[in-house]
Amino acid sequence: MSTPLGKSARLSEAIARIPSGATVMVGGFGSPGTPFALLEELLTQGQRELTLIKNDANEPSVGIGPLIAAGRVRRLITSHIGLNPEAVERMNNDRLEVEIHPQGLLAEKIRCAGAGHYGFLTDIGVATEITARRQELVIDGQTWAIEPALTADFALIHADMADEIGNLRYRATAINFNPLMAMAANHVIAQTHQLLPAGALEPASVHTPAAFVDEVIDTPPETSERGLHIRVA
Amino acid sequence: MSPKHQRILRRAEREIVPGQVVNLGIGLPTGLFHYLPARGGVLLHSENGILGSQLLIDAGPPDLEMIDAGGTPISVMPGASVFDSAMSFALIRRGRIDLSFMGAFEVDSAGNLANWRIPGRFSPGIGGAMELAQKARRLVILCTHTDKRDAPKIVERCQLPLTAPRCVSRIITELAVMDVTSAGLRVAEIAEGTDIATLREQTGCELHIDPDHLGTF
Repeated sequence: MSTPLGKSARLSEAIARIPSGATVMVGGFGSPGTPFALLEELLTQGQRELTLIKNDANEPSVGIGPLIAAGRVRRLITSHIGLNPEAVERMNNDRLEVEIHPQGLLAEKIRCAGAGHYGFLTDIGVATEITARRQELVIDGQTWAIEPALTADFALIHADMADEIGNLRYRATAINFNPLMAMAANHVIAQTHQLLPAGALEPASVHTPAAFVDEVIDTPPETSERGLHIRVA
Repeated sequence: MSPKHQRILRRAEREIVPGQVVNLGIGLPTGLFHYLPARGGVLLHSENGILGSQLLIDAGPPDLEMIDAGGTPISVMPGASVFDSAMSFALIRRGRIDLSFMGAFEVDSAGNLANWRIPGRFSPGIGGAMELAQKARRLVILCTHTDKRDAPKIVERCQLPLTAPRCVSRIITELAVMDVTSAGLRVAEIAEGTDIATLREQTGCELHIDPDHLGTF
């Protein structure tokens, strides 16, 4: 689209913007919502020393699994990696730094960054061992932990539909962290297999407004080899 | 599924009140999915962003973008909704989960719960456990009475890292239904075929039992 608002970009060029050492948010809860095409390109291009922020570590052979197995990831900020035994083993052998957060707090830290806040106060986890790494405030006799917002250099997003100016829509349980990460990161790259002209999406049906999105990549539909098969409604 | 697990799930299903919003934790509690009445009347919440999940019923290929928190493809009931992870946990933290079922490594007489980490052996992460345990209006633990090494799971004080303090309402094992009270654990029901001595022997804390007010299951 040859307008100043056009966000359509080429896969290789978009991913080439990510330097080694970058902090990258990746959408997905398990396979749904994981931006497989973007991750495969990142693996191909060879960037290393990455910090990834993702709900989980997928399984060893899909999503961020191959990046971890190839030693490209120095640090993972996440909630639960139990379904990737390779990642668990690397964590246990100190070959992968893993920072664990309660899932909802991780989501809220990202959302908060996307909303421009420093952070938020929570009573989740007060009186558990995660308290040790957090600052606390006592207000009116109640203890609250400070949870700083979590931002990133890049976000890799899986959208069900997008238009050429960067509006995004999600579906089913592929939503999960995508809308939050699409707000929080400095540079947002979204993949979709349904790239539509501007005007095809009803304004009230847009989940992520175009202003948050920097690049949209048109990719083929995900296939079952990636652990995912799109059922066309 | 083992007879122990079946007994626990059959009893657990009776905890659910029609009209409730319910969350099933990973592990044994997800087995409740199969015991829930097909007629509905319950809104099942899944932490990955669904309200209204139900057992997969379609004969056709599953929608692999519609999974539960454990990764299993599911169906949705009429009136289901999907939403992002911030919304999902807002629902939890705001106190809108009426009933949460979770497993346990340890539960103690004060209702403390340890089910996310065994130092040196099992530490894959937290997931939604802390938030669900702390904020569900009612938390029912479903677990075997002892672990694989025959050590009690029901103890005086949890030694493992806590998921949340003082969060458990009721514990259902294959031997007993126990309630957390200000005076410690009170046995509400004992499993048919189990005697009180055996129950006490396999429990790592005092149990308050009134033989005149003891049901069976």
